[in-house]
Amino acid sequence: MAEPLPVLEMTGIVKEFPGVRALSGVDFRLFPGEIHALLGENGAGKSTLIKVLTGVYSLDGGTVTLNGASVRFTSPSGAQQAGISTVYQEVNLCPNLSVAENIFIGREPTRFGRIQWKRLRREAAELVDRLGLDIDVTAPLSSYPLAVQQLVAIVRAVGTGDSDGSGSGTKVLILDEPTSSLDRDEVLELFALMRRLKGEGVAILFVSHFLDQIYEVCDRMTVLRNGTLVGEHMVRDLDQVGLVQLMIGKALDQLEELHDHQLHADVGESLLTADGVGRTGGIAPFDLEIKKGEVVGLAGLLGSGRTELARLLFGADQPDSGKVTIGGKQVSMSAPNDAIAAGVAYCSENRRTEGLVPDLTVRENIILALQAARGWVRPVPAAQRDELVAQYIKALDIRPANPEARVGQLSGGNQQKVLLARWLITRPKLLILDEPTRGIDIGAKAEIQKLVVSLSEEGMSVLYIAAELEEVLRLSHTIGVLRDRRLVARLANGPEITPTRILETIASGEHQ
Amino acid sequence: MTTTTRKPAAPDSRTPSGAARVLGDRRLPVLVTAGLFLVMYAVGLSRYQNYGFAETQVFLNLFIDNSYLLVAAVGATFVILSGGIDLSVGSVIGFTTMFTAWLVERQGLPIVVVIPMALAVGAFGGYLMGYVIQNFEIQPFIVTLAGLFLFRGLCLVISKESISIGDSSVSSMAQAQVSLGGAFLSIGAIVALVVLAAAFYVLHYTRFGRRVYAIGGNEQSALLMGLPQGGTKIAVYTMSGFCSALAGLLFTLYIQSGDPLHATGLELDAIAAVVIGGTLLTGGSGYVVGTLFGVLVLGLIKSLIQFEGTLSSWWTKIATGVLLCAFILIQRTMTSRRKA
Repeated sequence: MAEPLPVLEMTGIVKEFPGVRALSGVDFRLFPGEIHALLGENGAGKSTLIKVLTGVYSLDGGTVTLNGASVRFTSPSGAQQAGISTVYQEVNLCPNLSVAENIFIGREPTRFGRIQWKRLRREAAELVDRLGLDIDVTAPLSSYPLAVQQLVAIVRAVGTGDSDGSGSGTKVLILDEPTSSLDRDEVLELFALMRRLKGEGVAILFVSHFLDQIYEVCDRMTVLRNGTLVGEHMVRDLDQVGLVQLMIGKALDQLEELHDHQLHADVGESLLTADGVGRTGGIAPFDLEIKKGEVVGLAGLLGSGRTELARLLFGADQPDSGKVTIGGKQVSMSAPNDAIAAGVAYCSENRRTEGLVPDLTVRENIILALQAARGWVRPVPAAQRDELVAQYIKALDIRPANPEARVGQLSGGNQQKVLLARWLITRPKLLILDEPTRGIDIGAKAEIQKLVVSLSEEGMSVLYIAAELEEVLRLSHTIGVLRDRRLVARLANGPEITPTRILETIASGEHQ
Repeated sequence: MTTTTRKPAAPDSRTPSGAARVLGDRRLPVLVTAGLFLVMYAVGLSRYQNYGFAETQVFLNLFIDNSYLLVAAVGATFVILSGGIDLSVGSVIGFTTMFTAWLVERQGLPIVVVIPMALAVGAFGGYLMGYVIQNFEIQPFIVTLAGLFLFRGLCLVISKESISIGDSSVSSMAQAQVSLGGAFLSIGAIVALVVLAAAFYVLHYTRFGRRVYAIGGNEQSALLMGLPQGGTKIAVYTMSGFCSALAGLLFTLYIQSGDPLHATGLELDAIAAVVIGGTLLTGGSGYVVGTLFGVLVLGLIKSLIQFEGTLSSWWTKIATGVLLCAFILIQRTMTSRRKA
């Protein structure tokens, strides 16, 4: 690749928040026609750098040059007009409008103030077509799955750059964790689109927690750690182990440790049995047994019914058939309270919307479930409370180790740990973890996995749901395979069980 | 490299199935309301045929008697589409009747001068409420509730008693008729229909109108898409204030008096008409044409009860309540289906 001048160059970027220096002197370059990964642990400053670049935050130091000219953006729309478009992790479009309108809203073609609908639909269809997508632009956005909505968001971002009339188009496209809720096929579709845009000379900044994806699609990467630049490398020059070491800044002991870890064998007697439990529209009736100290992993594609199964075992949805027995006693499962009383804890996959209260402090969030279990008339004594909270902040290495910090300000991995601490404090018999490692960095991931192992060694049963098969395989004694909202197989983990074997089971599920 | 990999059998297929398309179609609620109107009208025809229900004038009277409600409901449609609510409508109407009657009768100003003044006051009141809602990030419910009390109180500042209007130009304007074959429409009804047509154009053919839908669909997204979401919101409430004042003028023409208690609670009728017309209370989905049918259905209930003769007028309220309940339930099932 002949390297012309970078389309975007950021030099010595400094951004300070009260008490924190989020970015100190970061350099960043972006060349036309490349896909550039921005990497770093949670809290390394990736989001801050993107927000500085797109004009959401103002700059405290350093310079930004776009096509050789110095620029300074004060609002997202200013950056957009200059040809820098962003697609965020959550789809920021209007579900009630048609696809075509979502692509064009704010810059609809008009004639004497009247929107030319025919022209708008035609141009939208052309744009979608040019990008190699097959989407009916007249249908409302809400009729499409999330993955397609994400693609539409990219189409909009690409189209927005054309509005200045110079025909230059979008020069820089920023994709902030676009793949975190997509399944494999959808990710491939997204990558196809990214490569096509790259071919058109667009510079793409790609943020993702999935290292495999980085290696699959990116050309170059910039690694940040604690707000400083660690290095810029061509992807082909640096292997995954080297990259992870750069990101976390220490050797891979903890990860290695996990790889070598042997599942402990002393699984006790049966703790929970589900007999023909099911729910119409949720998941077909299934039988499941979880033993004391056992880790049961659930594998299956996104939407295969993993979460639905977990919600039934927690009483968050009411089963309409079958019965659940916990510790020899039948539990009615008509509300989460029944499950909590029986010793079940559930960490939701949507930690922001269904789990944590962002405006409360770490301490208040941790103590919430314990207090609820005791009832409101018997407050937890202050001394005992502070001791418990301090103990779990230490045990889980929650950072910052400040019980008064507001949970909303913590990074994703630390929020997940707070949620875990909340349930661990109630000493559950069965802990249900739904995607505990989604969207958090590799260091925190390893810590959480290690924690699961040590909990099960202490005799706690864990139901573990994760999108990555390797993760499930590494931790689980038994693996439940789901397909199309049906539990199709239960496999005892052993040397013969490999990701391929599980994938085959998912693929051929109907014959089991 | 082209991407047509999705299997059509999958539940999240790219082309929504036929049934899902019909049930998810945003026009369906409007058609349901229009159908309901036709059924009710047919029932009226069969029951009261011998009492003159079939006459064109009975039909046109629906527009004449509800012109002010239609205008107010059109304003409320903008607000509800944007995801807000305006509770000040009835009070602004009441205030406009007092303001107009007082200026015309007590101050002797000609009506043509008073009309733009009244409209300006209403629009300014709406602007203020929109400004507060946007810039102080307060719930529209609370801000417009304050507006409700404020304007009702201002009525009483003008006068504690009702002021009847004897001005000849006002009464000639009120009695003017536009003949349509054998029947006629009042000026008020014509104005209301013009407002309706203008609202339809604005909502569907201008950028401002589409922004109203976008904000109602997802305000946060609208902001991140670079739309001027704040200005749009303020404009929506300004528009609602303007429509309320215009409705107040039509009401003044219709009743030919100003009274501090005029149009008490009319905002609730307007909201009911909008909801029955198929607009989602959560915003982002609905049509102003649906609002027309909502108003017509409410008006038709009133006429049917009048024709029945033996029923008290509060049966109107009961029927409205039942309808409103039914339509909200329909909306609920439709939106949950759309999400599924």
